[in-house]
Amino acid sequence: MHLFKNTDKCQALFKNVHTNPADILCKKSLKTFSSFIKLESFKLATDCRVIIEKSYKLENKPKKDVDMQIYVCVKHVPDTAVNIKVTGKDSFDESVDFVINPYDEYAIEQAVQIREKEGGEVIIVTVGKEAALKTVRSALAVGGDRGIFVKTDAHFLDSTLVSQAIKKVIEDDGTPDMIFTGKQSVDAEGMQVHYRLAAGFDMPIASDVAAFSMSDGKVTVEREVGGGTREVIEMSLPCVVAATKGLNEPRYANIPSIMKAKKKKVAQFDIADMGLDSGSDGAELNELRPFPDKGKAKMIEGTPAEMAEELVKLLKDEAKAL
Amino acid sequence: MANIGVLIETSDNEVKKANFGVISAARGEGGNEIFGLVLSSDAAPCKEAAQEYGVQKVVGVSAEGADIGSSPDLQASALADATEHLGIDVLFGLSSAQGKDLLARVAAILNAPLVMDCVGVNLTENTVTKFHFAGKTYASIKVTGNRWVCGIRPNAIEARPAPCEAEVISHQSAVQDPGRMKIREIKKGDSEQVDLTEAEIIISGGNPMASAENFKILYDCAEVLGAAVGASRSAVDAGFAPHAIQVGQTGKTVSPKLYIACGISGAIQHFAGMKTSKTIVGINKDAEAPIFNKCDYGVVGDLFEVVPALTEVLKRG
Repeated sequence: MHLFKNTDKCQALFKNVHTNPADILCKKSLKTFSSFIKLESFKLATDCRVIIEKSYKLENKPKKDVDMQIYVCVKHVPDTAVNIKVTGKDSFDESVDFVINPYDEYAIEQAVQIREKEGGEVIIVTVGKEAALKTVRSALAVGGDRGIFVKTDAHFLDSTLVSQAIKKVIEDDGTPDMIFTGKQSVDAEGMQVHYRLAAGFDMPIASDVAAFSMSDGKVTVEREVGGGTREVIEMSLPCVVAATKGLNEPRYANIPSIMKAKKKKVAQFDIADMGLDSGSDGAELNELRPFPDKGKAKMIEGTPAEMAEELVKLLKDEAKAL
Repeated sequence: MANIGVLIETSDNEVKKANFGVISAARGEGGNEIFGLVLSSDAAPCKEAAQEYGVQKVVGVSAEGADIGSSPDLQASALADATEHLGIDVLFGLSSAQGKDLLARVAAILNAPLVMDCVGVNLTENTVTKFHFAGKTYASIKVTGNRWVCGIRPNAIEARPAPCEAEVISHQSAVQDPGRMKIREIKKGDSEQVDLTEAEIIISGGNPMASAENFKILYDCAEVLGAAVGASRSAVDAGFAPHAIQVGQTGKTVSPKLYIACGISGAIQHFAGMKTSKTIVGINKDAEAPIFNKCDYGVVGDLFEVVPALTEVLKRG
């Protein structure tokens, strides 16, 4: 009997399945198994039996009748329109407006669109300080079904720890078919939690995704790689997709949806109680310093032609920029 | 002495210029062994350029019996394998589109700390400087761990030549492709311009550009300057330019040598994305525009007159 547990390790093994029939004990969902077979164009021998033994894990889970489970990781960040005032060695004035991390809005919208088409549920996951619960509610107001909130004491956390916390709460909650995130946060700009999450779950990942489609248990995305060029990437499910602007047009919340969001279930945890150990390795914020603006500009005057002439001269001789 | 790796990006088999600053950063105070990792079975074509900046070993990284070009999974596994095999303590690379993807994959595989988009590195103290909130605040980050990964913002660190004679070696990794993702196609964009984050000069248009067609005057000027064209969020949201060229806290964060902002008033979120540029020029009709209080050179005038005039002057050389 072959064991199907980890897609990494099964590729070589399954190449021979059609010539070498055997029973397969599948520890993943049938959905995962089928999409793996499809993506690899493997053919199973007719007398090959696939035994799905996933129930061992699902038994104690709520809502196991739910079809697709889509998790969306959302961060609570200061609005990009505000100035950041550094207040201590490594802290800033947090009394400013906070919003859903802009890239995460595209992630939520994509997840909600999939649910509207395919059914299932969209679960919002947020790791942040107490105030971040507001962002969970905002995400529920634009289509999330329920939320998971991991409370922390600090605004800036090590990315490894954050990805571990997210992985733990998702694992305890259900079986993800897809995990959506934004391509980066606009505050700490660590650009890595989604990659660590994918590695932790042993899922494929594409980031900077500006177009998304799904069919036959496969996901096709377009990833922006700069200069207007895009890579068209095909992935099997389950997978992690990190959104960028342009993926879709996020919907706005309206009064009824905001009222409804208040009643949606949000499971809350404290990161300190989760028994996580990210080890001693990590990257930690030492110091935050304001980055001053340049001062008043040297103004150039004259007709357009004269100003252009003078500007080029200054850029060459004074600024050495040309 | 530490073993330092640099993931070297190539374009049409040539070492991208932006790598030289990364190699210079990786050399630190000197005395380290510098490995240049190239994703290719043959790294020889990169030898000359790499050794000019102090790479002692140019390593061609490939996977046994597989073309790693279409599988980011496989590229990352091969790189992670090479990093371990060569005993590399710190792996550097560009914080470019490719670097951001590959370095993060490698760090996740190695379970090593990662700092991305850095503008300064201190290898003696294992600290890096980067920005938080785009360009709004500097952040100093302390990295702990025996092995870590670091992405350097293109153009942020000056390239300093340090010629040596490099050895070309190859590392063929036995890693297997998990086969769960494939790059099926590369769709080229309309413009042939380099990625904004790698451009040395950027000329950007704001809402007053008024249409996508009008961006042509910026592209004409950019061609003479050897620049890339950018846009403000309002110009992108109005449909005058694609998001791929948006500069700002919710677009590209850039630090070119020269940034020319045309019809851009100076919104906080736009400045956050470009205020780290070495020289900033503002061209705006409104003499009271906030941009004139936070840039190097100000031109009060109609961009539809000033930009073509600028192009003419530049053409004359």
